[in-house]
Amino acid sequence: MNKFISFAVDLGAYALKGGPRYRAWLLFLLALIVGCSFPAYRQLTEGLILTGATDQIPMEMFFANFIFTAHVAAAAILVVAPGYFYHRKDMKELAVIGEIIAMVFVATGITFIIFHMGRPDRLWHILPIVGYLNFPNSMLIYDTIVLNVYLYLNLIGITYILYKKYTGEFDTKALARWFTPVIYLAIVWGPLIHICTAFVLSSNARMGMWASAVMPFGFLAMAGASGPALVIVLFLIIRKHTKLHINDSVIDLMTTIIGWSLGIITLVFAGEYFTVLYSNTEHAESLNFSMFGHNGLKMYVPWFWGTNIAILGSFIAILFPRIRKSYDFWLPILCVIIFMAILVEKPMMLVFPAFSPSPMGEYTEYRPTMIEMINVMGTWAVGFMSLTLLVKAAVGVLTGEVRYKLSTDSH
Amino acid sequence: MSEAERKTDDDLHDGNSSRRDFLRNLGIAGASALISAGAPSESMANAPDTVSETSVQEFLQGHFVLMSEEEKKEAIARLEKRYSVQYSKKTTVADTPAPEGVLFGYALDIAKCIGCRRCVHACVEENNQSRGEHAIQWIQVMKIPKGNFSFSADRLDKGYPENSAVGDYGVQVGGNAYTPAGGLSTAHAQNYYAADEAVPDKDFFYVPVQCQQCEKPPCVKACPVRATFRDENGIVLIDYNWCIGCRMCQLACPYGARRFNWGEPELPAEEMNPKTHYFGNRPRMRGVMEKCTFCVQRTREGRNPACLEACPVGARKFGNLLDPESDVRKIIATKRVFRFKEEMGTYPKFFYYIG
Repeated sequence: MNKFISFAVDLGAYALKGGPRYRAWLLFLLALIVGCSFPAYRQLTEGLILTGATDQIPMEMFFANFIFTAHVAAAAILVVAPGYFYHRKDMKELAVIGEIIAMVFVATGITFIIFHMGRPDRLWHILPIVGYLNFPNSMLIYDTIVLNVYLYLNLIGITYILYKKYTGEFDTKALARWFTPVIYLAIVWGPLIHICTAFVLSSNARMGMWASAVMPFGFLAMAGASGPALVIVLFLIIRKHTKLHINDSVIDLMTTIIGWSLGIITLVFAGEYFTVLYSNTEHAESLNFSMFGHNGLKMYVPWFWGTNIAILGSFIAILFPRIRKSYDFWLPILCVIIFMAILVEKPMMLVFPAFSPSPMGEYTEYRPTMIEMINVMGTWAVGFMSLTLLVKAAVGVLTGEVRYKLSTDSH
Repeated sequence: MSEAERKTDDDLHDGNSSRRDFLRNLGIAGASALISAGAPSESMANAPDTVSETSVQEFLQGHFVLMSEEEKKEAIARLEKRYSVQYSKKTTVADTPAPEGVLFGYALDIAKCIGCRRCVHACVEENNQSRGEHAIQWIQVMKIPKGNFSFSADRLDKGYPENSAVGDYGVQVGGNAYTPAGGLSTAHAQNYYAADEAVPDKDFFYVPVQCQQCEKPPCVKACPVRATFRDENGIVLIDYNWCIGCRMCQLACPYGARRFNWGEPELPAEEMNPKTHYFGNRPRMRGVMEKCTFCVQRTREGRNPACLEACPVGARKFGNLLDPESDVRKIIATKRVFRFKEEMGTYPKFFYYIG
C-alpha cells in the first residue's frame, strides 16, 4: 500500500514539474477551467435555456463535441494495437500513451454528456439496480455501457503498466495472466464505442440525414484521421522536449493511417452525397440546406465547403512525402488542420444541419451562446489538462526518471 | 430524516434496500445543496423549508410505476404539499388508474378545421404549460397552401435538356417542374402564422399536430431509463420525476410532438390549474420532457380532452377504439381516414379524416 501511495505522489510531483512553457500551458488551461466554473454553475442551475438549443435543434455543442471525443478515444487503440497485435518493438513502450489518450477522451466525452443532460442530478437513474436501464431497446444504454467499460479497461491497463514499471517489476515476457486479455479487450473495445455512438445517431428514423448505413464507417475513418493527428503532435512534442525516444517509424505509421483514413472519409462522403443527390428526394433536403442554404438561411454553407475542402486538401497533401516527412513544420501543421476540420465537422456538418427540415418542415440555424462556448472550452481544458499531466507522468516512468527505489533513496 | 421517510425504509421489501439506503445517505448532503440552488427562488420564498425538504425526497424517489402503493401515496402527498406551497393554492395530484378494456383514439377532420388555434390555448391552460417568453405548446397547427397553380403554357417546350443539333428526343425535366401544387406535405407548411390573422384563409387548409400516441412509439424505445412508456390505454406517458433530460425521445419522434423544458417553466400561480394527474398536467420542472397525453387527467375519469371541448367546429372526435359504437370507430369505418407520416411505421392512434 505504501508503495502505491508513493507511486501516486511521485507521479503527481513529476507531472507538475516542468519548464516555464510547460507551466504556462498548465496555467492557461487552469485559467480556462476557473473561467468556466461560473458559466458551468449557471447552466447547471438555470438549465439548458442558456445554450442555443431549441425544440427544433435539441442537440447542442456538447453533444457534437461528445461525438468527436469518441472519435479520438476510439482511435487511441491505433497506438496500442501495433505493439500488441503485430509485436512492433518501437510501439510497445508507447502503448500506455495511447491508453491515456483513450481514457482521457472518454472521460471528457462523459463530461460533455453531463453538460448535455437536462437533469444531471438524476444521473443515478441510469445506474443498474438502483436505477432502470431500458435494455435492450435504448441505443443510449449500449453507448453508456461501452463507454464506461472502455474507461475502466484503460484505467486498469494504465495503472498496471505504470505501476509495474515504476516498481521495476515490469517484464513484457511475464505479464500478469489477467493483463493480456484486458489489453486485447481494450483494443477490440475501441471501435465498439464508436460503432455504438454511430448507432445512437443512425437509429433515429426521422433524422433523414443520419439514417445512413455508412455512418459507422465514416465515424471510424474520421477517428482514424483525427486520433493519429493528435498522437503525432503529442509524440513530436514528447520527442523534442523529453528523453523518451520515439522512432520516425512510429510517426510514419501514424501518417499512413491518417492517409488511408482521409481517403476512406472522402469515399464515404462522396458515396453519401451521390446517393442522395442523384435522385434528390426528401432525403437530400438537409444536404441541400448545408450546401446551398434555404430561403436565405446560409449559416452552414461556408462551414460545409470549408470542411470538405480541408479534408480533401489534407488527403492530397499527406500523399506528398515532402510534407509527411517534414516532422518539424508541415506535418504538425497538417495534423492541426485535420484535427480542427474533423472537430468542426461534427456540429456544423453532422449535427446541426441534420435537424432541418424538422418533422414539421421548419428550417433552423443554430446559434451557440457564449455560456455554451465557454463551457465547451472549459470541458476541453479539463480534458487537455488531464492529458498533459498523465502523459507527462507516463513519460517520467517510461524514461526511468520516476522509480520507486530512487524515491526511497532520496528520503 | 423525517418519521415518514424512516417508515418507507422499513417498508422496502425488495433486495435493493441497502443500496438505496446507501444512495440516500450519500445523496442527501450533496443533493440538498444542488437542488435548493436550482430551485426558483421567487415563488418559494414564503416556505423554503418545505420545498427544499420535499426536493431532497423527490430527488431520491424511484420510477413511479415501480413504486409500492405506500411509496406512491407518499410521493403524491409530497407533490401536493410542494405545489400547494409553490402556487399558493390547494393542488391535487391524482393517480387515477387506467380504465380497463379501453384503447384511446382520436380523429380530426381536416376539412372542418379552421385554424383558430383555440385547441392550442385550451391545452396550455388545462395542462399547465410554461407561459411567457419560454412558452410551450403541445399542439402545433400547420397552415398548408391548397395549391399553387402557376403552371404555364409558355414553358411547355422548355426544360432540360434543350433542343440540340444532335436530335430532339424531348426534354427529361419539364418546364413546369419545381412548381409546387400543395397537398399534405410539411414542405410548404407555415407553423407560425400570426395570432391575430383572420382564419380560415381560403387559400389554405389547417392540420393540427400533437402527440399521435403511436402504438409503436419510437420515443419509448429510445428512452434510456424508461421514463416514457405506453400505458394500458395506449397513451404514451412520462414520469417527469424520472426523466433525465437526455432528449433521445425528441430525436426519435417523427411528429415533433415532444417539448423540452429548457429553463424553469413560467407558470403564474393565478393561471395554474390545481386539478392535476401525476402523469398528466402537474407542473413540470426544468430539464424534463413533456407532451400531449390526450389529457390523461380527464380521460381516465371518462371526460373528453380539453382540445376537443375547445374546438368550435367539432373537428375533433375522441373515443374508445375497442368500442364499435364510438365516434372514432364510426369515422374510421365510414370516412376517408389517414395517418400522418404512415411511412415511419409508428402506427398512430391519431387519425386525420376528410369529413
